[in-house]
Amino acid sequence: MSCLPLLILLAPALGAIAIAAVGSTRHALVRRISVLATGLSLIGALWAVATYDAPTGGYQHEVLVPWIRSLGIGFHLGVDGISVVLVLLHALCAFTGVLISYAIKDRVKEYYLFYLLLITGVFGVFLSLDLFFFYFFYEMAVIPMYPLIGIWGSDVKEHGVVRFSKEYATMKLTIYLTLGAAVALIGLLWLYVSSGAGTFDIPRLQQHFVTSPLGMPLQRAIFPLLFIGFGIIAPMWPLHSWSPIGHAAAPSAVSMLHAGVLMKLGSYAIIRIALSLLPEGAQMWLPWVAAICVMNIIYGGFVAMAQKDLKLTIGYSSSSHMGYVLLGIACLTPLALDGAVLLMFAHGLMTALAFALVGHVYDQTHTRYLPDLGGLAHQLPFIATCGVIAAMASSGLPGFANFVAELLVFLGGWDRYPAAIVCGVFGVVITAVYMLRLVRGTFFGPRKPVFTHVQDTRTLFARLPYVILVSALLFVGCWPQPLLRLIDASSRPLVERIRPSVALAKPTPERTLRRLPPPRPHPAPSGRQGHP
Amino acid sequence: MVISPSALGWTILLSPLAAACGIQLFGVHRRRLSATLAIGALLVSFASTLLWYTFSSIVTWAVPNPFQLPFEASLSWISLPGLTISFGVLIDQLSLLMALVVTGVGSAIFIYSTAYMADDDAYSRYFGVLSLFAFSMLTIVLATNWIQLFMGWELVGFSSYLLIGHWYAKPSAAEAGKKAFMVNRVADFGFMLGILALWAVLPVDRTFHFQTLEKQLPLLIQTGVVSVAVLPLIGLLLFCGPIGKSAQFPLHVWLPDAMEGPTPVSALIHAATMVAAGVYMLCRTFWLFEIVPSVLTTITWVGAATAFLAACLALVEFDLKRILAYSTLSQLGYMVMALGLGGAVAGMYHLTTHAFFKALLFLAAGSVIHGTHEQDIRKLGGLWHSMRWTSLAFLVGGLALCGFPGLSGFFSKDEILVLAYGHNAPAFWLALVTAGMTAFYTARAWFIAFTGKAHGHGHESPPAMLIPLGVLAFLSIIAGYIGIPHFLGQHGEHHAAWLVPGLSIAVVAVGLLLAWLIYSRGTVSAQQLVQALALPYSFLQRRYYIDEIYMWYVETVQQRWIAGACAWVERVIIIGFLVNGTARLTRRAGHILRLWQTGRVQTYVLGFLLGIVSLLTLALRR
Repeated sequence: MSCLPLLILLAPALGAIAIAAVGSTRHALVRRISVLATGLSLIGALWAVATYDAPTGGYQHEVLVPWIRSLGIGFHLGVDGISVVLVLLHALCAFTGVLISYAIKDRVKEYYLFYLLLITGVFGVFLSLDLFFFYFFYEMAVIPMYPLIGIWGSDVKEHGVVRFSKEYATMKLTIYLTLGAAVALIGLLWLYVSSGAGTFDIPRLQQHFVTSPLGMPLQRAIFPLLFIGFGIIAPMWPLHSWSPIGHAAAPSAVSMLHAGVLMKLGSYAIIRIALSLLPEGAQMWLPWVAAICVMNIIYGGFVAMAQKDLKLTIGYSSSSHMGYVLLGIACLTPLALDGAVLLMFAHGLMTALAFALVGHVYDQTHTRYLPDLGGLAHQLPFIATCGVIAAMASSGLPGFANFVAELLVFLGGWDRYPAAIVCGVFGVVITAVYMLRLVRGTFFGPRKPVFTHVQDTRTLFARLPYVILVSALLFVGCWPQPLLRLIDASSRPLVERIRPSVALAKPTPERTLRRLPPPRPHPAPSGRQGHP
Repeated sequence: MVISPSALGWTILLSPLAAACGIQLFGVHRRRLSATLAIGALLVSFASTLLWYTFSSIVTWAVPNPFQLPFEASLSWISLPGLTISFGVLIDQLSLLMALVVTGVGSAIFIYSTAYMADDDAYSRYFGVLSLFAFSMLTIVLATNWIQLFMGWELVGFSSYLLIGHWYAKPSAAEAGKKAFMVNRVADFGFMLGILALWAVLPVDRTFHFQTLEKQLPLLIQTGVVSVAVLPLIGLLLFCGPIGKSAQFPLHVWLPDAMEGPTPVSALIHAATMVAAGVYMLCRTFWLFEIVPSVLTTITWVGAATAFLAACLALVEFDLKRILAYSTLSQLGYMVMALGLGGAVAGMYHLTTHAFFKALLFLAAGSVIHGTHEQDIRKLGGLWHSMRWTSLAFLVGGLALCGFPGLSGFFSKDEILVLAYGHNAPAFWLALVTAGMTAFYTARAWFIAFTGKAHGHGHESPPAMLIPLGVLAFLSIIAGYIGIPHFLGQHGEHHAAWLVPGLSIAVVAVGLLLAWLIYSRGTVSAQQLVQALALPYSFLQRRYYIDEIYMWYVETVQQRWIAGACAWVERVIIIGFLVNGTARLTRRAGHILRLWQTGRVQTYVLGFLLGIVSLLTLALRR
């Protein structure tokens, strides 16, 4: 029994309760409570990462409180190497998001209340080891998005004409995600009923399936339900269209969490539930998933290229980059899965940074429409620097975590789906096109007189969220081994359980390098010898 | 104090990085501190490289010299079962020479920059990025494996992007930076695939490590574990990297535009070091390319074509920096061709001398721009009188570039010509013609800009700019005599044939003479020449229309057609039809189903009645 997951989960929950009790005009207090709550979670998450014992592996820091014994429901928290990294990602995004939310001036109390509820829900998903609570927290994360976008969001405009209203965006997002959740719920209940184990507990279900695996037809039938249900939030092509619009309409701190973390709930759920409980079903369906991922990457990239709204561009780029995550999962090799999880982390931070930056630009200039912007590096040197950093991280520049993650996906997937990997590598080129265009159009060019009043972030406090996100990206990018060790400790056993053949990492040919047979009389390669 | 070889090696690599971090953290508003940090760190790097070189050449007895070449020190960067990637320093003759060039020429250019950029607002940013560049370049030079090389490769591209766009307020500079990054990205797409494919071709114990691969690949091919059939493809993919970075045809388009950056940047990055990284990479991994002759042939022709086509472009250019840029392209073509002909040593030799004289030419051009604020040679003239030292430097550099006998360029170019003469006759003649054209366009720039009538006044540049010019001029003169090929391991083999040097001197003389007749004596009018050759002239003026074709692809095909089509599918089909259509369908269904529960008793009674009537009719019919 460990109190660490409880601390991480309960800090924002108690924060939300405390905010509910505070008078609605006491903005400073509300903000301080939020910073404190998410700060505590962040410390807890860092502690969990530091203390997770990779050589032992498995679930650690477990908390188990039986709840409804007859149905086998228990309040079971814990982390493994994959979820602990995502908890850290969420803690970072939540903490910086709370700081970025200082820009919110309207109905501050209600905003932070919903925001902390959202944060609690996401922590809950990453920490839950019980299907019932997993689902409970999943819904809890989705619902606060509705008021957050509907009340504090903004319309997507082109030439000053509304293209999507925030009401449309929030309605679409909520319906889409609820629909996904409903589909997944069918799958979960079917799984629960047909398992015969009478428990919602994920580790126990896993053990149960080792001894008495689910029949092949059942696995094949349930897997798509779970995959599509959770894939909607990932967001998987062609069910992705809620996401860029949702990003664009949401206030920046909500976009940060939404693109940074919420999307990762889908891919995490696929790994945690669909892959680990339905291994044979996964094996059958994943080649199709790889094909869909290519659509995500290439199609999403091209649509992003055609956008003129900053947030829509980043939104579509997120859907493109989540294609790499899903591709890494679909490859089902330890390296690719490591890459996928690390990419969730890297992309989460990068996209949170990007939305925070766009938020600042929008606050100052009141526009996100690319043709209206330009030359902002003159007025916003700090923001522009971070903008270049975010663009470079996004296009996979070495030194940032995204590069390591994408490289691992490519290396791990090369033997499985070379064609998809080639498309993935090409996607990096597409990313560079729109990201550079964004940076060029927003920050570079001559100084525009309209923007003379525009203010850079001046205080260290205002710069803190950006500094945290950039340093985390750089730190992991330069020294990925600590996180990779954790991820690998959990992803490798998972892949080995699904595909026992890869347990040996590679098909062992008769000849290995160390035991070379005597060279056959073989004509030497008729290469031109080097010039002396 | 005992200096350990690995500590010295790491110092070479890491001190510019430390400077870059220091400037970013503490130097943003402190101009002097930034410059001092950047220059100091690079000098430390230079000194360490020199020390390494000195120690490695000491012959020790009894105890083995710890500074034995090749030397490798590395740290594990990623280590997972089935994947090990390390980050380290590999020091051998090749990397020592290249590191000396990078840090030595780099130091001169850094010092020059203090004067050239003195009035710039973003002085600290400039030096910060320059230090980052030095670190990235050294990462390539000292790389122990493909991934490290690729990381440095991308990072030099990034620093080049920042430095080309240093004056980002100028739209042309911002666009040029973007273009350079994009073109390199396209090339790196192939490069990355090549690295992946090479890694995957090994059945077990996959590795990126150069020295391991160098040892094992021939064995694996001999035993048939690795099939020779896939290697040409891998070689071609890997060669995509140098095509982008060393700006070979057809991806050369970014380099002339890169001249938008400050001139010291053009000298360091776009002449002496970064663009030579492609050639360096080919030398570093020559063990791979030499087992695939078909790829070598391709490399030869790409290089020869680049050398010739770029020299043609330089003939009609009027921008002083762009003339030099085309000449850089052309010389890079020579180096790549040398590699294709199997001459890694000749390629590296030319790379080194080129680094000296081309950096010298660019810095001299920078001094001209600094003194006159003009870079169109038609508006320059008579600089010989107003800027004597600068002109002298340009003259030395120009003659070395032409291959004037006795200067460094002569020797290194000669090596390449000899090589071509022995292996590939058509390439040899192409290269020979190119040598004549090189002499012509260099002399053209000289006669128009430096001799003749003076336009306006120029003032000579400060010592901080002239001293680096002097150092580089000295190096350009002597680099042919200090035994660089010998250091790289080429022994003996003095070509007795004097046919090749004789021919090359002859074409250079012809080129110089023609330029003198046209641009100095005026015996032949340049105007009339242009009119006589109007069609090829305009074709060259428009740079073979390659930029237009790329522009058309990027703006029309990619942006408007492909991206536009995807956006249309997204807006109309996915959102408009599928998503909103489903919503509309739901709403319609709701409207229809609503009629079942209107809440009006009359409707219900009517339905009730109709039901009874229909039931009764059914019953009575029976």
